[in-house]
Amino acid sequence: MITVEHLTKRYGDFTAVNDLSFEIEDGHVYGFLGSNGAGKSTTMNMMTGCLSVTDGHVSIDGHDIFKEPKEAKKLIGYLPEIPPLYMNDTPLEYLKFVAEAKGLKGTEVIRQAEDAMERTGITAMKDRRIAALSKGYKQRVGIAQALLGNPKVIILDEPTVGLDPIQIIDIRNLIKDLGQTHTVILSSHILSEVQAICDRILIISHGRLIAFDTPDNLEKLLTAPNEVSITTDASPEEAKEILSKVEALEEVSFEDADSGYLRANIRTKLDNIYELSAAIFTAFAGSSNKLLEMNLKKADLEEIFIGLTENDGKTVENDEQKEDM
Amino acid sequence: MTAVLKHELKIYFRSLTAYIFGAFLLCFVGLGAMVYNIRAGISNFEYTLNFSGIIFALIVPVLTMRVLAEERKQRTDQLLYALPITTTQVVLGKYIALLIMFIIPLGIICIYPVLFDQYGKVSYLTAYGALLAYFFLGAALIAVGVFISSITDSQGFAAGLGIAVILLNYYSVALSQYVSSSAVGSMAALVACGIVLGLLVKFMTGSENIGVLVGGILAAGVMIIYFFNADLFKGLFPKIMTKLSLFRQFNIIVNGVFDLAAIVYFVSVIIFFLFLAVQSLEKRRYN
Repeated sequence: MITVEHLTKRYGDFTAVNDLSFEIEDGHVYGFLGSNGAGKSTTMNMMTGCLSVTDGHVSIDGHDIFKEPKEAKKLIGYLPEIPPLYMNDTPLEYLKFVAEAKGLKGTEVIRQAEDAMERTGITAMKDRRIAALSKGYKQRVGIAQALLGNPKVIILDEPTVGLDPIQIIDIRNLIKDLGQTHTVILSSHILSEVQAICDRILIISHGRLIAFDTPDNLEKLLTAPNEVSITTDASPEEAKEILSKVEALEEVSFEDADSGYLRANIRTKLDNIYELSAAIFTAFAGSSNKLLEMNLKKADLEEIFIGLTENDGKTVENDEQKEDM
Repeated sequence: MTAVLKHELKIYFRSLTAYIFGAFLLCFVGLGAMVYNIRAGISNFEYTLNFSGIIFALIVPVLTMRVLAEERKQRTDQLLYALPITTTQVVLGKYIALLIMFIIPLGIICIYPVLFDQYGKVSYLTAYGALLAYFFLGAALIAVGVFISSITDSQGFAAGLGIAVILLNYYSVALSQYVSSSAVGSMAALVACGIVLGLLVKFMTGSENIGVLVGGILAAGVMIIYFFNADLFKGLFPKIMTKLSLFRQFNIIVNGVFDLAAIVYFVSVIIFFLFLAVQSLEKRRYN
């Protein structure tokens, strides 16, 4: 639906976006994940025609954003990082303006404006000046504006930044709701947010795309070994004896746990961590020592993110990307 | 474009700016009418308009200062870039809204000749001819104001620069008499202009190379032409200064000559500065 090919943006010597290529398909919620300054906003600005490209193409449903801007922009609803609101307008006036500018006419204008306000929960505020609204409501007006014209894809740049926890939950639920009927692309530097809402994640670092996959697949991608930590009443020597019966151990380290017990951190290269935990359980069951606690430490998105972004731009090959190429 | 137009009109009617513009215009034209038509009993309405022309230097920048500068400051220009409308449509929509806010008080002024005709013989042809030219003068100055608003995000700067530019234009003819009319003088002045233009280009494009190139070519070009035909430059610079004055064109019509060329001149100025405003907005996309 959206094809981005070799997208590049240079400001003099500084390369903000470096040869990004990906495809966005219908019917998913995509997340652009990256630290501040990674190039997420720049990419989104280029995808929506707000910023020129140094190199590369963006096409929405086959329409190049710069060659056929009107056709392409009609398919997009965009909320930039700073919501572009006319502070002296009321939400209703503002939405009517955007609706008309998007080419809607007659009764459609009011109908869609009211629809959008209903969906974003701002109907009660429709006649209040936007300057007088709270940040959360202002953000919702911004999202409402993106919904007008029923665009196929809605692009939201950091939609929850600056909101309080309750407002964040509201917006996230709204986005999930929108994901049922539109393709949504949102950007964030908050991992938990992207993990919670998105079913496809693109990780961007220093202007490069370094991963593009579902959250589950990205977790499996972790190359660091998985860890099991156990608490036992055995002594280090006894523990070593018991664990020698377990296969595929890479590293074992001991430390003191509470109440005089022993903690062992066990690393394995096994894909299926449950195999290891089963083996440890069986080993301890066959001994006279007790296994008091066992924790499986699966790599989470945070570690993947840090690991990948510190890897300094090595693109991670995965099935999805292979299909796109 | 109509969406932008309607939205702008809503903004103008809601805020004070347009009312202040209209009030000052009516006030000043009224002042001129009182001095010329009522007190002195002159039946030529053109003189009144000529007198009140200077007020444009104040009220046009005040009217136009926010039109594009505010969009840039509030970042609503991003909305305009993302919408399926062209930059030309945006600029045209805003410009037409400004013209409408100008035409409203002008409409009231249009009644004055009829009013004065009740008390004497007013030549409608010259009065309304002058009013038409007055409209075009205002429209051209508003276009200049729109461009100035497009190059900054500070309304104050836009207003200040607008006032300076229009005043300079107003006194351009008078000032041209003090400028050297010799060939060398004109050549030197034009070379200086070329360099200034080069600096402007460098400032606007951010590229020192292009700025130096443009300035260099212009300056060198002038010097080469001077080398070949020095006579061409005699009195050239004062002549250019005179020709660039929008108020002078209006003056000609006031003195009884309704020259269609003047209207064409005004329209060209309008198109030129609106074009520049569009380019200025487009340039923002490259940053």
